[in-house]
Amino acid sequence: MEEKDSPRRLICGRPKSLMQAKSPLCSGCQHGIVGRIISEVIDELGIMGNVVGIGGVGLKRGLNEEAVVFTIQGDGDLAAIGIGDLINATVRGEKLTTVFFNNAGYGTTGGQLAPTTLIGQVTTTTPDGRRPEAGGFPIHVAELMAGLPGVVYSARCAVNTLAQFKRTKKAIKTAFQKQIDGIGYGFVEVLSACPPLLNMRPTKAREWFEKHMLAEYPLGEFKNVNEREIKYQIENN
Amino acid sequence: MVEKILISGNEAIGYGAIYADCTHYFGYPITPQNELIEFMAREFPKLGRTFVQAESEFASISMVCGAAATGVRAMTSTASTAFSLMQEGISGIASMELPCLIVNVQRGGPGAGSTQHSQMDYLIATRGAHGGYKNIVLAPFSVQEAFELTQLAFYLADKYRIHVILLSDGIMGQMYESVELKKLGFPPLPEKNWAVKGSAAHNYVRTFVHNSPGIIGSYYDYMKRSDEKYTKIKENEVRYETYEIEDADIVLVSYGSTARVSLRAMYLARDEGIRVGLFRPITLWPFPREAINKIADNTKKFLVVEDCMGQMIEDVELAVVGKARIGLVGSMDRNLPTGSGMILSRKVLEKIKDFN
Ligand code: SF4
Repeated sequence: MEEKDSPRRLICGRPKSLMQAKSPLCSGCQHGIVGRIISEVIDELGIMGNVVGIGGVGLKRGLNEEAVVFTIQGDGDLAAIGIGDLINATVRGEKLTTVFFNNAGYGTTGGQLAPTTLIGQVTTTTPDGRRPEAGGFPIHVAELMAGLPGVVYSARCAVNTLAQFKRTKKAIKTAFQKQIDGIGYGFVEVLSACPPLLNMRPTKAREWFEKHMLAEYPLGEFKNVNEREIKYQIENN
Repeated sequence: MVEKILISGNEAIGYGAIYADCTHYFGYPITPQNELIEFMAREFPKLGRTFVQAESEFASISMVCGAAATGVRAMTSTASTAFSLMQEGISGIASMELPCLIVNVQRGGPGAGSTQHSQMDYLIATRGAHGGYKNIVLAPFSVQEAFELTQLAFYLADKYRIHVILLSDGIMGQMYESVELKKLGFPPLPEKNWAVKGSAAHNYVRTFVHNSPGIIGSYYDYMKRSDEKYTKIKENEVRYETYEIEDADIVLVSYGSTARVSLRAMYLARDEGIRVGLFRPITLWPFPREAINKIADNTKKFLVVEDCMGQMIEDVELAVVGKARIGLVGSMDRNLPTGSGMILSRKVLEKIKDFN
């Protein structure tokens, strides 16, 4: 508690919008960091009472215009089973913000191949490593989203260093702002390492992440526009 | 004066939705319900309501789920093969206990089957997908009733916080009849204080719906709540209609379009001095089991008329519990047992006479 005359000042604490709950995440998981970033952004944008979060596949309608809706999705529900829905949400011109956790595999179900798994990466369903002949290729969703006209912001970030943390926060805030301003769909892919998936200790997993994940998935902004592009329009009279 | 118009069974559902203040419709084209999605595309935007053509039926049911979670009245419509595609979403809706309406205008199956009518989805509609949930199933047998049951569906959905399936069929959907358009009155409903609209809408108390009752929260609580809800529905919401059953030697049991055919067959039989009655369930779940059981004290012959190879007959068997004999007039009794044939009244009459 901060007291008025107390010489102590709170310089770091739990964001207001972040609920106090026991974290269900594994140690070394970077998802908690991204959760914190999202909460900080919600606090800073002052949208706490009007924000709706959706985990997994799901779509909104029926909320009032001011509602800010974001989805948090993983490699499966976004890049595999839900990729069609993701693309079609942008095709319909939905104004949403999506934060996509790319950790190159399925963590929750115990470490299987995901569309984002790297070539050569060992998972429980690619015991000899992912081979293109059988397992295909890693999907680059942030670049894919940048190519869609309904998307006005697309970036890929990481949270392995403080500098990256700050970049991620800026990206998520920009994506939210584009939705709030009614411009269009904002997409932020956040790379992270999942220690159990890699069967490594957190520190090792981070090394692996820096060596391989960053090599496959370039960080950066792939799209940042202030208007949705219409190439051709039929004039009806 | 009440307005009277000539419309199809599919459109009547659209009118019913408008009169029930449904504000959100999501759908994907499929025969034989296209008149409904097209009606919604035309009428909903004019009224400032939301119409979205989704990219698949899985997407439309997911959108219904999302919209219903925010507390608005939402619906979708589809037909058999795509109703299958919606099952995961429907099960999810059941786990979240979201009130909404799902219309299935049955066509032939299995697979893509035929584009024409059938009543082959009775079991999937009344039994549902994985997870053992229950849902209310309403079956109209006239265009007027399609209009009214749509309104009732939204009321029941909100009253019990449950999804409702309106089980129509190709004939019902394409049939034109004149309809009196009037808004039905219902008792007041509980407030949707669980709806996810942003915490500002609930005095900054956060609301949350999720589809994992066995992972988040208490599985026991979910099951107990559901069990109590289902019991209450079974006690209070059974609906059916009977025709001339008091002295009947044979009772026909039929719903939807085949109930119309059966009604005519009943009159034809009565003209010939054969004492036939008709029992028409309006709620397929909860099924009017006790009512049928009571009739079986006096009537020893039941003839189930349904355009499939025998589905509702299982519920009739459970209702009668061996007190009477049960026969079936099914898809094999169509005048042409093909995609386009149908069960005709004279065939039902013939089967009545054969049933000894
Ligand atoms: S399994 Fe992986 S992604 Fe899931 S909580 Fe653990 S570390 Fe994080």
